[in-house]
Amino acid sequence: MEELLQHLINGLSLGSIYALIALGYTMVYGILQMINFAHSEVYMMGAFFAYYTAKYLNLSSSPGFGSLAIVLVVTMVLCSLLGLAIEKFAYRPLRKAPKLNVLITAIGVSLFLQYFAQLVFGADPKVFPTLIEEQTLFTIAGAPIKSFDVTILVVSLVSMGVLHFLVYHTKLGKAMRAVSHNASVASILGINVSRVIAYTFIIGSSLAGIGAILVGIKYQKIEPMMGTMIGLKAFVAAVLGGIGSIAGAVTGGLILGISEILVVVYGSSQYRDALAFLILIFILLVKPAGMFGKNRIEKV
Amino acid sequence: MLKVSNLKVNYGAIKGLKGISFNIQKGEIVSLIGSNGAGKTTTLRALSGIVESEGQIEFKGKEISKVPSHLRVTLGIAQSPEGRGIFPQMSVQENLELGAYSRNDKEQIKKDYNRCLELFPRIKERLWQMAGTLSGGEQQMLSISRALMCKPELLLLDEPSLGLAPIIVSQIFEIVKQLNSEGMTILLVEQNAKQSLTISHRAYVLETGLITLEGRGKELLNNDEVRRSYLGI
Repeated sequence: MEELLQHLINGLSLGSIYALIALGYTMVYGILQMINFAHSEVYMMGAFFAYYTAKYLNLSSSPGFGSLAIVLVVTMVLCSLLGLAIEKFAYRPLRKAPKLNVLITAIGVSLFLQYFAQLVFGADPKVFPTLIEEQTLFTIAGAPIKSFDVTILVVSLVSMGVLHFLVYHTKLGKAMRAVSHNASVASILGINVSRVIAYTFIIGSSLAGIGAILVGIKYQKIEPMMGTMIGLKAFVAAVLGGIGSIAGAVTGGLILGISEILVVVYGSSQYRDALAFLILIFILLVKPAGMFGKNRIEKV
Repeated sequence: MLKVSNLKVNYGAIKGLKGISFNIQKGEIVSLIGSNGAGKTTTLRALSGIVESEGQIEFKGKEISKVPSHLRVTLGIAQSPEGRGIFPQMSVQENLELGAYSRNDKEQIKKDYNRCLELFPRIKERLWQMAGTLSGGEQQMLSISRALMCKPELLLLDEPSLGLAPIIVSQIFEIVKQLNSEGMTILLVEQNAKQSLTISHRAYVLETGLITLEGRGKELLNNDEVRRSYLGI
């Protein structure tokens, strides 16, 4: 029982990281109907931004919420700038091009960033600085609750709460939903569509940056290829929940995280990565629109 | 108020508009009638700036053909687009608020909002409903009131009668007339030639991307060619 609880908490924190990254995929898809494959590299770069911020400000000598907050803010800003740059220089010139061109460009940007990171940061894994000290905060029914997991859950919950508020209770959010449903109608109502798209990239990239820091805290190892697998899994989570749906990305992320941990514990850790793709194949066969997705009617 | 000269729109190799010229004076209702594919919607899309066009569009004496679409709203051009263009997963109220997206005059917005609800009592009853659950007529009313929330000087209406029951169509035309009597300048695009010509001061007939006829609404209503082609008489 304690063990199961422990695993569930583990799964929950892994799942909320997937959810944070999945949100970036789903939001960009919702607005541009494209899969931003470079998103996983924004996440990877986020890990390095956080690494160097902590290193140069010497924050690992004073772990705690203050240091975490500084790293979070700096990383979110840098990731936003990176996301904005990708949108402006790679995707915006292709706004009127066929979807396939944009998709291939996204893969190109992704590869470019991976090898750029290897060149600049080196291909060897780096140890992520200690931002939060590892300790058992309390126990529930005998299961120790660790500071890492609490941090991850609190940070993700707050981020998702802020995102929800932003999307459903602000003018920008209303504009984002309008553009996502019909960009040309949005623009005849006076909404600057390009600006809304830019904000979407800012928000998605910030969330990827947050996810990167949380992964750094939990697994303490970062390297230039770290985005590939987690990016694919977050993408699966977004598809599972229904791509384009915010609630779907969160649910999909949590389901994937928890089931992955359960497979490791009760099955074999070798099948850990296979599970995500099994889920992907299954969902594409059974319900391609995902759990919360709606079948889009393509108007001719 | 609006002067369009030699307006051309190309969709790839297909010519949507082959160079049309027309004008609208302040306070007028002008209709653009024509069959499917004649270029009526394309004309409105060009005026709102959601398709690229060649030629001149002069609005209130200012050349606007290169102004991006979201800024044309601020200049005073609002549109109720083809297919109503409402946001089905947002509440009726949110739809209306989006109409006032680029405005900052809070008090006037409030006034215009109340004015819309006065004009369309049916909308008022359904403020909290998702817009997608409204009937066709109500969606059309929402689309027009959302355009009014932009506080336009020129209102572009794309087939407001499409797919609606005759009694609702009459109501909508009544409201168009009422808006005009209060000073709104209106460009009405319609396939329903009879009713739109009846309420229009002037009209243009559009055929395959060219204007083939123009005249006063009543004149065109009695024109043999119009009667044969559009009124089925």
